[in-house]
Amino acid sequence: MIAQTLSETKAPLSEQSIFELIEVEQVFEVPKPGRSLFSRETVGLRALDGVRLNIRKGTSLAVVGESGSGKSTLLRVLLGLDKPTGGRALYHSKPILEGRASGIDFARDVAMVYQDARGSLDPRMTIGALIAEPLRHFNIVPPQDEAARVSQLLDRVGLPADAADRYPSGLSGGQVRRVAIARALASEPSVLVADEAVSGLDVSTQAQLLILLQSLQRDMGLTLIFITHDLGVASFLCAEIAIMYLGRIVETGPTDAVLGAPSHPYSAALRAAAPQFFEPLSEPLSGEIPSPLNLPAGCRFSTRCPKMQDDCRLKDPQLGKLGPQRAVACLHPLEQQ
Amino acid sequence: MTVQITKGVAAVPIAATPSPSAKSRRSVFIRRPFFTASLLIAAAYVLAAIFAPYVAPFDPVKQDFNVMMKAPSVVHWLGTDSYGQDILSRVIYGARYALIIGIFSVMIGAVGGLIIGLAAGLSGGWAEWGLMRLIDAILALPSLILAVAFIAILGQGVDKVVIAVGLSMIGPFARTVRSDVMQVRVQLFIEAAQLMSISYLRVVLRHVLPNVIFPLAVQVTIRVSEAILVSSSLSFLGIGVTPPTPDWGLMIAEGRDFVSFAPWMSAMPGFALALLLIALSIVGDGVREEFDPKLRRDS
Repeated sequence: MIAQTLSETKAPLSEQSIFELIEVEQVFEVPKPGRSLFSRETVGLRALDGVRLNIRKGTSLAVVGESGSGKSTLLRVLLGLDKPTGGRALYHSKPILEGRASGIDFARDVAMVYQDARGSLDPRMTIGALIAEPLRHFNIVPPQDEAARVSQLLDRVGLPADAADRYPSGLSGGQVRRVAIARALASEPSVLVADEAVSGLDVSTQAQLLILLQSLQRDMGLTLIFITHDLGVASFLCAEIAIMYLGRIVETGPTDAVLGAPSHPYSAALRAAAPQFFEPLSEPLSGEIPSPLNLPAGCRFSTRCPKMQDDCRLKDPQLGKLGPQRAVACLHPLEQQ
Repeated sequence: MTVQITKGVAAVPIAATPSPSAKSRRSVFIRRPFFTASLLIAAAYVLAAIFAPYVAPFDPVKQDFNVMMKAPSVVHWLGTDSYGQDILSRVIYGARYALIIGIFSVMIGAVGGLIIGLAAGLSGGWAEWGLMRLIDAILALPSLILAVAFIAILGQGVDKVVIAVGLSMIGPFARTVRSDVMQVRVQLFIEAAQLMSISYLRVVLRHVLPNVIFPLAVQVTIRVSEAILVSSSLSFLGIGVTPPTPDWGLMIAEGRDFVSFAPWMSAMPGFALALLLIALSIVGDGVREEFDPKLRRDS
């Protein structure tokens, strides 16, 4: 049912890149485990390891992966909060950090909805003041039109206008997410980045928010980057998907194609692990995600891969093209039916 | 409850939680009888202090050697002291000094503590380390000892006592402000503001400061009583306010020598002091419990 509505609702893909990540690396120096009290030995934690990603204008991209796969680190690089230690992270062909440093245009253009929506709202400000803050900061509307625009935005996310006088602590989890979305929309961005924006909510609330995000993306032509670990959410909302494992994107492509016929054994395993109606769960992946302090030799997935072959322990596969729209980082991609 | 459809999105009316503002504000006095009683007592002290010339039956510094050390009577409700001064009048005027010293010295402590605490909490690194070690050193001394040290530098008098007690209170204020700042600094809404490229100064003024000021205001109400106690102690020790100022600590000290045959001389100002301190601390606790952001539901 979901798969059917999906293909009709996705925005058309255009070819203009808005974000471009080329071999991005993010290595954090962390204290070496088991070091003595006085030693200053550190060891590199490879949170991102050769990420290649191309985000086209107007698309909707789901970034999917287990916890610890580097989704949040990737997000911080995309937002220009952290400088990658290697590779190039570009926004409209210019380094993201340069864009962020050169004025408020980047901040205005790329808006963020946090997973912890409540924590992202100052508890001492009313909803109205919270939404008015970006309006004023980015000079979106003249001061006298501010209140009207606030109620317009509240209406757009499905909240009544009198919510403006309330405080975040008086709203439910779903309502707080709506406020966070309204606040993100206030700056009239072209990119909306949402980190687990619907997780931890009732299924009905989740569905309402997903429909809201979908209609926003469609009506406003937003580029949507949606971090999630829920494949169902990804397939409903996003035209494209990027699957991360241990700091690398292991498979990208149109969501339908990737989830319909995964090429990477990890994508296949993720898909198989998602509960389905009336179906028994297949055998889950054995073991846990290895530590990014000590990456496996060869392919990073080789320690858990059910299709592991001898050369997988020797060569580290990079993300390579597979057909016109897809890419996979695997030496022995699964056969396409 | 009407559900309106806007562009395919169902409006979610916020109805389940009724606005608590008006309702709970009315009922707090009923829910907390001790708080209410204490608030009334504190208010009575404030009024007595403001309207002392009209309330007090006698001139507080007029000596009458015909009525020295008289026990409480119809004329002198709380008796007279060794100079024949009316104790009730002196107690009423004493409220002026107690409250003025208490409030102004706490203001000095709060403002000083806010500045140092903000600087320490925001700077981090060596500057923070240095400031906090300084505060630690100051906190190692009880505030009374510290106030005595400042008095030794400044000299005696009401204004000097205000400054001395105020300076002695900067330490605890700075410490709480700093820990609040450090808590707020790492909150997600601060990062969200930075993400919007809002300038550092604006983030501090609009988001850090309001979240620090409120707990500080609660602290202020609680610490007024401490300031009054310290200032009275200074007077009692004879190094605070100078006689014949009608200060409670001074009055307690003056009555000390006559406590076996004229106990009212020390007891009456002591009772006035104790009642005010108890009332203020109950009011302070009530304010904190009622408005603590962690216990607060709305507004």
